[in-house]
Amino acid sequence: MKIDLPLPVLYALGGVIALLVVASVIAAVLARTHPDKDYTELRQRIRTWWFILAGFFIAVAFHRAVAFVALALVSFIAFKEFLSIVPTRRADYSVLLWAYLAIPFQYYWAWIGWYGMFIIFIPVYMFLFLPMRMVLVGETPGFLRSIGILHWGLMTTVFSLSHMAYLLALPQPEGAVYDGVSLLFFLVLLTELNDVAQYVWGKLLGRHKVIPKVSPNKTWEGFLGGVATTTLVAWLIAPWFTPLAGYQCVATGLLIAVAGFIGDVVVSAVKRDMGIKDSGAILPGHGGVLDRLDSLTFTAPLFFHFLYYLHY
Amino acid sequence: MKAFWRYAFVLLVAWPVMLFWLGLNVRHRDRLVAGGPAIVAANHNSHLDTLALLTLFPLELIPRIRPVAAADYFMKPGFMAWFSTNVVGIIPVVRDGRAGRDPLGECYAALERGEILIIFPEGSRGEAERMTEFKSGIAHLAARFPHVPVLPVFMHGTGKSMPRGTFAPVPFFIDIFVGEPLVWSGTRESFMTRLRETFDALRAELHAPEYT
Repeated sequence: MKIDLPLPVLYALGGVIALLVVASVIAAVLARTHPDKDYTELRQRIRTWWFILAGFFIAVAFHRAVAFVALALVSFIAFKEFLSIVPTRRADYSVLLWAYLAIPFQYYWAWIGWYGMFIIFIPVYMFLFLPMRMVLVGETPGFLRSIGILHWGLMTTVFSLSHMAYLLALPQPEGAVYDGVSLLFFLVLLTELNDVAQYVWGKLLGRHKVIPKVSPNKTWEGFLGGVATTTLVAWLIAPWFTPLAGYQCVATGLLIAVAGFIGDVVVSAVKRDMGIKDSGAILPGHGGVLDRLDSLTFTAPLFFHFLYYLHY
Repeated sequence: MKAFWRYAFVLLVAWPVMLFWLGLNVRHRDRLVAGGPAIVAANHNSHLDTLALLTLFPLELIPRIRPVAAADYFMKPGFMAWFSTNVVGIIPVVRDGRAGRDPLGECYAALERGEILIIFPEGSRGEAERMTEFKSGIAHLAARFPHVPVLPVFMHGTGKSMPRGTFAPVPFFIDIFVGEPLVWSGTRESFMTRLRETFDALRAELHAPEYT
């Protein structure tokens, strides 16, 4: 099997591996020097990062089709997690099965690069089809709440996240240093880096809470530290991963940092509304996939359309 | 040959359905018994419950795990009876018990062979995600085998995924809570009360969204 990745992506993967090695070593040293404290969650979290990195690498390194299937699976797990934490009705049994069917279709539109269908399939066709299917069942108590929840779930976990897949289908100019995988890697790297940077800055300097009613651990210091870190990294590396240039690199860093924060607190608000802390348990140390993808539900479509408007 | 179908069923049906299409979130997995004889007592919402419980145990134990199931439903002559006995490995029990002999006779024999019984003390699936009164047949078994552990397992989500009357599972994460094993406590009443209390305590660990 031949690994088919642009050079900057390979270097950056090396950089991420180096960061994870450093994080693993720090966690191991902390656990040894502070035996009184419990570092299990931190160590699980870093361990899970290794698995996420390996999964990402396998998904993008070999064949484009593997990446599309892997991303569709991510949407599948996220949507399943969403439906498992929200109120549902026995009457909607078959409507839910139909809603799942949107996932292969949505990723198929991305695969064949049919932009027009990709962009309206869930916001228009599923938006009209699912209530029709639901009304055929005829259960009116809770109808609006049920269809509203279902469509919000599809928009977040399938429509928004599928923009990651469409990045892979964008046509690239001859001889570019970047390709679809670079764009996807850039988006995911900066979004996750932003999450980690906001967390670390918040731990180091956090004093003033941003939005205590939703997410008591979010501080202005963490948020601004994250924005600065992400914007700086975006400015440094965007020319190697994207067609963006000059001020656009700074703007995309700001966009990802701010949108990532908002995605995070929006999903936090949903979890708080449902009275839970984590959306699942599939990623040890993190929670569910929605806990990890929360920022991406905002950054993926916004980064995609920023790029699409400027360059495609 | 029998074991072949049972392994095939778990590998090709139970695992893909439970681990990929649905997804299990198991709490207190360490309380699972490592082998038989044992009785697993679980709440019942869906045909998926048996698949979920089969998935909890390591593959090598599969031929020794025996779901106890109603003869009138699962032993309909023809494919159903063949499938139930050879592929799922059920022990049929006659629900009305007119036949004169002990309906649990095959269960005794299985426990004596060191097998693991799966019993749904509610007796039927009933309405999805609603627990009903337990029938006391399980106390009868526990009294006869006072040293065999009874392992309570509370499951949530299988009824949402595939409620009675439906035949394709909707993907949902399934929550499974394994309780501390119980043993016979001396009287049928005290045993059933303890079993019920264990289930109530396990259910209290769950934070389930509204389901109507």
